[in-house]
Amino acid sequence: MTRPHAATSLKTPPVLNAVGLTKSFGDFRANDAVSFSIQPGEIHALLGENGAGKSTFVKLVYGLLQPDEGQIFWQGQPVNISGPLQARQLGIGMVFQHFSLFESLSVAENIQLALPAGENLAALSDRIRDMSDRYGLAIDPDAYIHNLSVGQQQRVEVMRCLLQNPSLLIMDEPTSVLTLQETDQLFSVLRQFADSGMAVLFISHKLDEIRALTSRATVLRRGRNVGTVDTKKNNNRQLAELMVGRKIADVTRQSAPDQSKAVCVIKNLQRPKPTAFAVTLKDISFTANAGEILAIAGIAGNGQDEIMAALSGEWRPPSADIILLDGQDISHLGPAARRRVGLGVVPEERNGHAAIPSMSLSDNALLTSHSLGKAVQHGVIDGAATKAIAAEVIDKFDVRVPSDDPMAASLSGGNLQKFVVGREIIKSPRLLVVAQPTWGVDVGAAVSIRKSMLDLAARGSAVIMISQDLEEVFAIAHKIAVLHGGCLSDVMLASKVTAEQVGILMGGGADIEGASA
Amino acid sequence: MISMTPRKHISLQRTLVTPVVSIMMTLCVGAAIFAILGYDPLAALYQFFIAPLSRPDQVADLFVKACPLIITATGLVFCYRANVWNIGAEGQIVMGAVCAGGVALFVPGLPDILLMPTMILAAMVGGMAWALIPGILKARFNTNEILVSLMLTYVAALFIDWLVRGPWRDPQSFGFPLTKSYDEAALIQRVDLPGIGTLGQLHWGVVAALVLALVAYFVMSRTLFGFQVKVMGDAPRAGAFSGFCAARTTIGVLCISGACAGVAGMVEVSANMGQLQPEVSFGYGFTAIIVAFLARLNPLGVIAAGLVIALAELGGDSAQMALGMPKVVTGVFKGILLFMLLAGETFNRFQLRISWPALSRAPAARGR
Repeated sequence: MTRPHAATSLKTPPVLNAVGLTKSFGDFRANDAVSFSIQPGEIHALLGENGAGKSTFVKLVYGLLQPDEGQIFWQGQPVNISGPLQARQLGIGMVFQHFSLFESLSVAENIQLALPAGENLAALSDRIRDMSDRYGLAIDPDAYIHNLSVGQQQRVEVMRCLLQNPSLLIMDEPTSVLTLQETDQLFSVLRQFADSGMAVLFISHKLDEIRALTSRATVLRRGRNVGTVDTKKNNNRQLAELMVGRKIADVTRQSAPDQSKAVCVIKNLQRPKPTAFAVTLKDISFTANAGEILAIAGIAGNGQDEIMAALSGEWRPPSADIILLDGQDISHLGPAARRRVGLGVVPEERNGHAAIPSMSLSDNALLTSHSLGKAVQHGVIDGAATKAIAAEVIDKFDVRVPSDDPMAASLSGGNLQKFVVGREIIKSPRLLVVAQPTWGVDVGAAVSIRKSMLDLAARGSAVIMISQDLEEVFAIAHKIAVLHGGCLSDVMLASKVTAEQVGILMGGGADIEGASA
Repeated sequence: MISMTPRKHISLQRTLVTPVVSIMMTLCVGAAIFAILGYDPLAALYQFFIAPLSRPDQVADLFVKACPLIITATGLVFCYRANVWNIGAEGQIVMGAVCAGGVALFVPGLPDILLMPTMILAAMVGGMAWALIPGILKARFNTNEILVSLMLTYVAALFIDWLVRGPWRDPQSFGFPLTKSYDEAALIQRVDLPGIGTLGQLHWGVVAALVLALVAYFVMSRTLFGFQVKVMGDAPRAGAFSGFCAARTTIGVLCISGACAGVAGMVEVSANMGQLQPEVSFGYGFTAIIVAFLARLNPLGVIAAGLVIALAELGGDSAQMALGMPKVVTGVFKGILLFMLLAGETFNRFQLRISWPALSRAPAARGR
């Protein structure tokens, strides 16, 4: 699809033109002479691994940081953006990854708080309705935030920016919380913005989305702009290799193995919600077989945390014969005892759950190996043994460490994730349970994590992967079940369903006939 | 803008220099205050820092003064590392002293060799029981252990007061609120150094305190239990994932700190008093909290911190006696010392950055 404004881009000056922006934190150059421009009516992607400097760049543009060197031109004029207020006055709007909305206030009240004082609520509500109609945002100004879905909340954030008539809208990883259908809605809204002349800077590392939405992408790698490319002429792999700076190995699942041998059986797992904000698990049953990866797909907050706690042993069902591992009832066992019978678990949250940032990697290795005999003798820790475990994980899983046995906090997210996944896989568990294995992880690390999970399955273990990333689910899972509202769908063969069908189930749609495995 | 950012690397060199700088600054500020108040600053500082250390027996007394602080703070380190806020060590000291006293006074026919171990055991049980009340209430009903343990301190203080004025009072004490004196076997003996003899009040309890701190250091740094305590304190969710039980950890560290405090109370009475009296602890349970934090929750640091605090206490006494300095002034000086030590420690761990937004944007003129 062509954009009228993009066609005239050679004549009109760019909305934003950044020339040679450099920003250092100590010795670390987060942005190194980054130049970038965006035309009116253009949707432009900013691509890069974690730590490539995307956030720093956006903060420089939005005035949250000041460049050490370089100049920003706004509609042809040199400007120094001293803060977000000035950025908004210039016409730059930004939607952050994490929402900042007051749950107990209405949509209009939330938006009123962000606008200059003086506009009364009724007039503002009318403006919100106008804008909502014009772009098909479907926002009710009188609705309360706590009644809105995540996608709706995001549209409120977008609306808050729109009411300030921005010429440039920056969106920081907006689709990470959305379903496939919500993502489509968002994209059609963004296309309308572009058609009306607004420039959209879209930050993401989901390559399919970037190629669907944008025509140009600027790729950052280690703080440098390594090129602005045509997203239509490059495939995912080419984009990814540009991001990572090297060739990427293929990760594809083998065909599902013979399904005779069940490793993990869950029978009628129920759990009333432990807190007001948790989810009730309703009668969940499934089987994970040897040699296969079973994906539990679903939007976060539909019972993933609760299933995870039940599998890991952090929560234990009150009755027996609910959770079986290799035929043995492990329902009543705690996490340490379950590890002894061959369970490996990687929780979603790296910091403070899977790992302790303030502790060394060897201490973090001890976290999931203290019940396995080698590292602890008669209650005394064998420091050499824990260091050896950590070193083995670091070596086998290519964890990049700044020093010998560093604190977990000093590793990048991707490297720490490789460590916590490797820490479990190295024990060759009979069952590996992983939640969001590549959440917030760069492409290179994601590839190696997925590969190590496939390798483990190929050696005859079962893998349960809880994920909301459909790209990932379809890349490596043999079977898929969808979790919605605490209910699990039938287990389906990955080869017999499409991403769209799974997306509908994730949004609460009906079961798909004929796909059950 | 002023901001404190955590330092990535805390060098050993700086860690060693920081307390020296802190003490130098305490000397300067203290001298200024003494001068303003009309005392000879040099004489005052002499009384604070030199006089209590001028003779070997005085150095020994410094250790005696630090003894209950070291024992109690060692136990508290476990609690605070596990993020369990036991503020009631003062009461646990008292209950330890009471239980040990009960054995010393009222258990007849114990052979001498068994009396002391039984008293130690009783003191541990007493302190532990007192610490377990907030522990069980927290584990069962999620009550706040700070409030419960603190309030129980006053219960313990009134309980011993009632005992020594009432049922346990020695009929021959001429109306003084005192129990009978302990038997010889229930007293902790002075350390008889070979070739020197006894040194000041130095008793075997001090030796026990130093050994206890060493053992605690080993437990904390090398055992799975110590690891569990640190994990539950730093990241309870990771601890639960690892397979540690939060309630059991809470109960465990409260038992340890209660037992330590109880032993501190027993040692205080058996080494220095020889009988129970209405007050057996002079705020040691509260001062030990400061000691534990001054030591950065490290059992070895507790020895040094206990000695520093004891020096400030003895120096304050000596300044009051020698110069007639009012107690409040010595209190102010102790406060300055603590402030400087804690501030020094803060700067050791964090870097102070002061930036001037208006000036740092000097190139602002360039574009226009």
